[in-house]
Amino acid sequence: MSIFVDDATRLVVQGITGREGLFHTMQCLDYGSRIVAGVTPGKGGTEVSAIPVFNTVRAAVDQTAANASMIFVPPAFAADAICEAADAGVKLIICITEGIPVLDMLKVKQYLRLTGARLIGPNCPGLISPGQCKAGIMPGAIHKPGGPIGVVSRSGTLTYEVVHQLTRQGIGQTSCIGIGGDPVIGTSFIDCLAAFEQDPATRGIVMVGEIGGNAEEDAALYVKESMTKPVVGFIAGLTAPPGRRMGHAGAIVSGASGTAQGKIAAMRAGGIHVCDDLGRLGEFCKEIFNHA
Amino acid sequence: MKIHEYQAKELFRRYAIPVPEGGVAATVAEALAIADEINAYPLVVKAQIHAGGRGKGGGVKLAADREELQQKTCEILGMTLVTPQTGPEGRLVQKVLIEQAADISRELYLSLLPDRATATIVIMASSAGGMDIEHTAATMPDKIIKVSVNPLQGLQPHHIRRILFGLGIAPDMMKQWSALLAALYRLFVENDCALVEINPLVVAGSGSLLAVDAKIELDANALFRHADLQKYRDVNEEDPFEAKAREYNLNYIRLSGNVGNMVNGAGLAMATMDIIKQAGAEPANFLDVGGGATAAMVEKGFEIILSDPNVRGIFINIFGGILRCDVLASGIVEAVKKCSVTVPLVIRMEGTNVEQGRKILADSGLQLITAVDMADAAAKVAEMVA
Repeated sequence: MSIFVDDATRLVVQGITGREGLFHTMQCLDYGSRIVAGVTPGKGGTEVSAIPVFNTVRAAVDQTAANASMIFVPPAFAADAICEAADAGVKLIICITEGIPVLDMLKVKQYLRLTGARLIGPNCPGLISPGQCKAGIMPGAIHKPGGPIGVVSRSGTLTYEVVHQLTRQGIGQTSCIGIGGDPVIGTSFIDCLAAFEQDPATRGIVMVGEIGGNAEEDAALYVKESMTKPVVGFIAGLTAPPGRRMGHAGAIVSGASGTAQGKIAAMRAGGIHVCDDLGRLGEFCKEIFNHA
Repeated sequence: MKIHEYQAKELFRRYAIPVPEGGVAATVAEALAIADEINAYPLVVKAQIHAGGRGKGGGVKLAADREELQQKTCEILGMTLVTPQTGPEGRLVQKVLIEQAADISRELYLSLLPDRATATIVIMASSAGGMDIEHTAATMPDKIIKVSVNPLQGLQPHHIRRILFGLGIAPDMMKQWSALLAALYRLFVENDCALVEINPLVVAGSGSLLAVDAKIELDANALFRHADLQKYRDVNEEDPFEAKAREYNLNYIRLSGNVGNMVNGAGLAMATMDIIKQAGAEPANFLDVGGGATAAMVEKGFEIILSDPNVRGIFINIFGGILRCDVLASGIVEAVKKCSVTVPLVIRMEGTNVEQGRKILADSGLQLITAVDMADAAAKVAEMVA
């Protein structure tokens, strides 16, 4: 079992003929993901590695029954691409693109509420249910299929680090989700925690946060009130200076809000097992999840 | 992207938002010419830097006559202004805004900003003008009126009513206020702002409104569709190394420590800085070479890190995913030779093709300290700076 994607996921790739889109389409295919269609306006009727390319998401969905989309289009066109997927009835939209204007994302998020589509990202590595479906840019080989741990994170390579350590400890994963480093994102920590709580194959969760915003604090409250499964947490950015954007658009300490210290305290208060030492996170997880 | 007060007021004028009469000057002669044109003292001389708290640092002065204006402008232009927001090194003042002093009967606070959690544009208003909004929020939270506007619908009359009744605005002033709020909202969305703040918004003795201060931050990711706003970027306000790094497409922030570091990915880069600190040292920088870093970018990264004279050692922490460790190791070896790196290097590499990568590093003949995992790397970093 897994959350959001599995072996029934039929992916359409928006921006399939671009450099990034093409490269990662091949990587996902190699992993065994089912990529059934691509979309590049103006290139409809062509093929990429035997995958049919369409001009619109609507046509792709009509002809291939795609049920999830992965977006690689440039930031200026990404908001439109997300809404196009939602309008075509796609219920899971994964947007990898970094650098979408904030006002575009505010509107997209409000619009998606009307359509019921789930957006993962933007500015994220995507998600993977190991052994079933890789819908993102993460290296597939570091994952271990079969569960029982779910991973959710705002970061890319930091997630790979965590997953790699889990795998080295012999701990497999049900699903690993990068929710994105932007201030306005489609799917929150809480959405993922709730889905993992419902997923019978997931027995524990690792949640990786960073400075900026209140998402970790909100999630901590949710864990306290609604979760029965153990959650391990890690927060990056203890040494980040206030007022500076640390790479991710959303990673900024403003005044007293969004600090790593505040997040760690809130997570501990919510019953999350916070690990201080990233170098030993794998061992830490083994201990916590074995005793839970 | 932060812009100057005089630039923000330029935008305000474009939207018919009332601002004091005035102009920006880079020399005393220019300041006097502006003053002579206004010719209505007292005038205010305001330092133009990208940091708040300018008044506290002596960057805002009142001038009662022409002679005083000349004197105050001389004092402020060219000074290194230190405010609570600049850090101890302060900022060089290269421009001043010369403005007519306002006739103040009431000071208010008004701001607009995107709210990440609710995906709305939040308008905040307070009758405690001139005060830091965070201070007001902490001491008098009931004085803050907060209205969330759904960006799909835009500003509605009921939003305006909530703000105006909340501030206790007299009914005969409502028309003027509605126009101001509507103009501000339009300015905010049409220019992709990340923040618009007027503090204080002054009600003059006559009842008319005046934006005495103006603070605007623009969404850097949206500048591609605002050719007219790109000129507002002031490279003098940026750290020269950070500006250079950006030209190379590197995400670099300079810090005060002595352990340089280079990492792929922002989250891992922050975690790496934390590890350096835990090891008993201080990070000299944040440097994210990107999830898809290339050998060329690694070379540029070295160049930027080594331009900081405080750096006594460098920690490279790479998680090879799509970018394979062997490719990256070759890049590091090449870059180290090319940039003649003289400080010790701790390299921790993990992920795809890590064995080949480590072999390339070991066979390079360079003095590289390789770490097997994060914990090992932390210990070796500590040793390096001890």
